Amino acid sequence: MIVQERAGSVTLGPVLFNWQPEKWRDFYFRIADEAPVATVYIGETVCSKRAPLIEPYYQSVAERLTAGGKTVVFSSLSEVVSKIDRKLTEQICTADEFMVEANDGSALMYLKGRPHHVGPLMNVYNEHAVAFLVENGAKNICLPVEMPAKAVGALCDAARDLEVSIEVQVFGRQSLALSARCYHARAHGRTKDSCRFVCEEDPDGMTLTTLEGRTFLTVNGIQTLSYEYLNLVHEVPALRQMGVSRFRLSPHTLDMVGIAKIFAGVVEGKLAVDEAAALLEAMRPNAPFANGFYYGKPGYTWSSASAH
Amino acid sequence: MPEIYTRPELVCPAGTPAALRTAVDAGADAVYCGLQNETNARNFPGLNFTPAELEQALGYAHARSAKVLLAVNTFPPAGKFDMWRQAVDLAAKLGVDAMIVGDIGVADYAAKTHPDLRLHLSVQAGASSPEAIRFYCQAFGIKRVVLPRILTVAEIAELHSEIPCEIEAFIFGNIGMMAEGRCSLTNYATGLSTNMDGVCSPAADVHYQDDSEGNLTTKLGPFMIDRFTCGENAGYPTICKGRYTCSANANPYYTFEEPVSLNLSALLPDLMRAGVTALKIEGRQRSRAYVKAVVAAFRMAVDDLMAGHEPALANLLALTEGHRETQGAYRSKTWR
Repeated sequence: MIVQERAGSVTLGPVLFNWQPEKWRDFYFRIADEAPVATVYIGETVCSKRAPLIEPYYQSVAERLTAGGKTVVFSSLSEVVSKIDRKLTEQICTADEFMVEANDGSALMYLKGRPHHVGPLMNVYNEHAVAFLVENGAKNICLPVEMPAKAVGALCDAARDLEVSIEVQVFGRQSLALSARCYHARAHGRTKDSCRFVCEEDPDGMTLTTLEGRTFLTVNGIQTLSYEYLNLVHEVPALRQMGVSRFRLSPHTLDMVGIAKIFAGVVEGKLAVDEAAALLEAMRPNAPFANGFYYGKPGYTWSSASAH
Repeated sequence: MPEIYTRPELVCPAGTPAALRTAVDAGADAVYCGLQNETNARNFPGLNFTPAELEQALGYAHARSAKVLLAVNTFPPAGKFDMWRQAVDLAAKLGVDAMIVGDIGVADYAAKTHPDLRLHLSVQAGASSPEAIRFYCQAFGIKRVVLPRILTVAEIAELHSEIPCEIEAFIFGNIGMMAEGRCSLTNYATGLSTNMDGVCSPAADVHYQDDSEGNLTTKLGPFMIDRFTCGENAGYPTICKGRYTCSANANPYYTFEEPVSLNLSALLPDLMRAGVTALKIEGRQRSRAYVKAVVAAFRMAVDDLMAGHEPALANLLALTEGHRETQGAYRSKTWR
């Protein structure tokens, strides 16, 4: 199983935004039927208030994904503070049906001793953290988005003999910060408790613009993301060389099936990187691509792979 | 009959050896500091301690019955772990009273290699629920958790009964809006990471510009963070305290938070009642004069409360950023 995983596969991270429940369901139905992804993460990771909206569709989505040959992993909430947050985390982590991806320390407590994934919103930066988490039961670890290639390589080297696969996000807006305060609610003069789900107006997040008119960041409830879309298609072969075996796409209101096909082509060595890059450029949303973190540069920047 | 409190520990910032002596002399029960490198979250030029300075500081503090806590609370990227390993070994060798850790790998190394070294869980670990705190306590024998600044006093009181360790809570100073240890905004704009390099809004990437109308603009990297008219008090540009526009607000607004400081002096009795063991003052980057004034004021306040008197803390307002203060998340959930 692990050998096959290390052959390299594309994964689909959880939808981070507040999509209409039916739209959320239909998105995953299409992924189940058409996308060449091995693993699909589902669940609400940003705001516990949103979870009940999509909950009625968990079962049908999971069944459809499983029928489509995908492994379903349930992603846990990233910031656990209130009673509702805690309850939700407990429910997800103690249900036996699916593998769970831990995105905060409380999930790690519940999952201790059981096989699980560790998500990119946990801080796993080094080999000692990896070794500890593997001991705790981690089978797959998705690294923080700000990790530079050098550290990813060193971490993979150290993790090579451990029974764990390493995953890296290669597409989609980059999660940059979490807060207890909801900035969607604040922008509309509301609070988290009185938000009336105003975040549903922005299915790819709400753009923040500087006073000079430069697009800068993206707000998604308590989460702040990049304005730019991460695109590491040029770097996939190098990441594979290092030992990264799973390549995560973060969902947007784009043709994610088409994007998955492009990345799968590169991961499987069936599509040339330059060709893939050109195809992605043609599908690019109205925002630039970025890959700066990979090169140890500011995360908003774009470096051409050939320059390194 | 005045209320009887358990005497809390006043934990004060020591950015330099001089600030450490100042804080101890002003009545700190404990001081916290870091080494001159990426191993701590205030890795700023001109701050922090050499190993020799740390050793001297321990002598000074211990002779005056004050504790020294060493922050080794950043996240070593793979390939650079040795620097953190050396910091942990140094903390054990010199006999600091506790080491403040954030990274799972560093905590694991410390717990296994130096089982007698007392560990506090840094706010950088972002443990905000009883379950998360219990996880760290069980895994690494954590004796005290520094709570994120996102909980209400009522939540802290409840949490106290559900965890097996002491609680340290921030009561005064700069208030970051993002969950500590979970913010890459500085790295996004500058290429230096808060988690891996210990910097937030590094001075080398900060730019001030005057325009023709006498307005002052502040930038971090290429991004404008704020603009001030000549009468306004210009704040240091950090992304989470900037003004931006969005689809819901065509006029610039403080998207994350106004430039305010945390001041919980009015909530001190509530925090002490909630079971908080240690009261933490932020500000390792602050001047000695600031440290002296704030530490002395809180020393008096805690002593007044312990003696059953009403504490006087009005003068602290002058020391808060932009002369505005907040109780942040501590007072009520509506802050969220």
